[in-house]
Amino acid sequence: QGGGSAVIDMENMDDTSGSSFEDMGEMHQRMKEEEEEEAEGEAGAAEEEDGEFLGMKGLRGQLGRQVADQMWQVGKRQASRAFSLYANIDILRPYFDVEPVQVRARLLESMIPVKMINFPQKIAGELYGPLMLVFTLVAILLHGMKTSDTIIREGTLMGTAIGTCFGYWLGVSSFIYFLAYLCNAQITMVQMLSLLGYGLFGHCITLFVTYNIHLHSLFYIFWLGVGGLSTLRMVAVLVSRTVGHTQRLILCGTLAALHMLFLLYLHFAYHKVVEGILDTLEGPNMPPFQRVARDIPIVSNAVLNTTAKAVALTL
Amino acid sequence: FSGLADVSITEDIPVEGEITVPVGSHSPDEDFSTLDEPVRDTIMRDLKAVGKKFVHVMYPKKSSALLRDWDLWGPLVLCVSLALMLQGGSADSKDDGGPQFAEVFVIIWFGAVVITLNSKLLGGTISFFQSLCVLGYCVLPLTVAMLVCRLVLLAGSGTVSFVIRLIVVVAMFGWSTLASTAFLADSQPPNRKALVVYPIFLFYFVISWMILTFTPQ
Repeated sequence: QGGGSAVIDMENMDDTSGSSFEDMGEMHQRMKEEEEEEAEGEAGAAEEEDGEFLGMKGLRGQLGRQVADQMWQVGKRQASRAFSLYANIDILRPYFDVEPVQVRARLLESMIPVKMINFPQKIAGELYGPLMLVFTLVAILLHGMKTSDTIIREGTLMGTAIGTCFGYWLGVSSFIYFLAYLCNAQITMVQMLSLLGYGLFGHCITLFVTYNIHLHSLFYIFWLGVGGLSTLRMVAVLVSRTVGHTQRLILCGTLAALHMLFLLYLHFAYHKVVEGILDTLEGPNMPPFQRVARDIPIVSNAVLNTTAKAVALTL
Repeated sequence: FSGLADVSITEDIPVEGEITVPVGSHSPDEDFSTLDEPVRDTIMRDLKAVGKKFVHVMYPKKSSALLRDWDLWGPLVLCVSLALMLQGGSADSKDDGGPQFAEVFVIIWFGAVVITLNSKLLGGTISFFQSLCVLGYCVLPLTVAMLVCRLVLLAGSGTVSFVIRLIVVVAMFGWSTLASTAFLADSQPPNRKALVVYPIFLFYFVISWMILTFTPQ
């Protein structure tokens, strides 16, 4: 009888999470059953003529179905191979293999400069802590921008915050790694990313405190103290891995300068500037000084009025 | 093998049969031909599934319904409604009305993807879309908080309204984080739960912050 074909149950695949392969499996199952019914109907008529599996009448239908089935299988195999090649996140898995105690220990260590600089210091090549610190910095930056009513044109607050933080982390890491390559320092890219990422812990603390307490002197204390400590730690680790005075000077000078200047930039660019500048203008309550220079009609009107009044008084 | 010459197979022991898996004649019609049912049935079925998941989020018990039949309709609806409600909340609404919607949308989806990747890299057993589903559905308390904030802001925008909004948003933020932790933390090895919870905390914190600092113009 012509209806017997082995049905491969495509629905029981290893991925049980409702991927589109299951839908393909359903479709395939449906195709198979339609084929079975069709073949049965044809075989019922052609049974007396020949008992072959592929009857002459159903040749095109059967063959067509089999070719389509084969093509689908080949396509599925190719797609799953490409998927497992490009979307394989397992290459990043070793860098996320940490325990919470380890992360906490490393966070605290990032503020303590090492004393032994003649012996290469160990850097953990881990990416979980740095990544979380960068995201925390993004969140703190967002908070700072919102409270200071920063207006960004041609962009969004979120985009600017993410771009700044990730750009700093990835860009400066790559640049220092390149300098380290020139200066013959013993450090890999992942280690550099990890080192700089943990160095952002000081930035997070400083900005978190100073975005909420608006005292410039407090910011300078934190900048020198907390920022300085985390920079010193990074510098000490790098020095321990570099040979030669000039090289050490170049590498550590660059890193220290970039790190400290970044903190300075984050504070002043995304934060309220003291409003004393506008106190001299008489008029209605001025909005805080905007980060982007633009023509505020109220201000220019007030200037005009004041000038007119001054001119009227002198006459 | 001479001793086997007289072995014969009796007729009543079956040595042949069908290799096909017998499929019942009714199930193909019921399972696969949902094309024939009225549109109302399809929509109501999906709506009921989404509604059931909303109830699961509001009363987070350790059930696996949210994980088993994941769908992304609920998160999409919540995300779009939150983004619409957060629009027009800045000083110069002519310029910033547009990016606000895109901001919220991108934050929610990009954040959910990052959290999912993170939990997978830390050794989680949950799949990509299941995690997206849970994180999206747990935005529901924050959407409710946004509604309440908007209503409170209609009444006035003084210190009292700020305190009320702060309390509501903090409560809903805690609820969201607890709900998503209840679903997601089980799929992690027990000593790494804190590593997975922290990004979720940060994610909902950013959303709560956007809700709290919303001031209509």
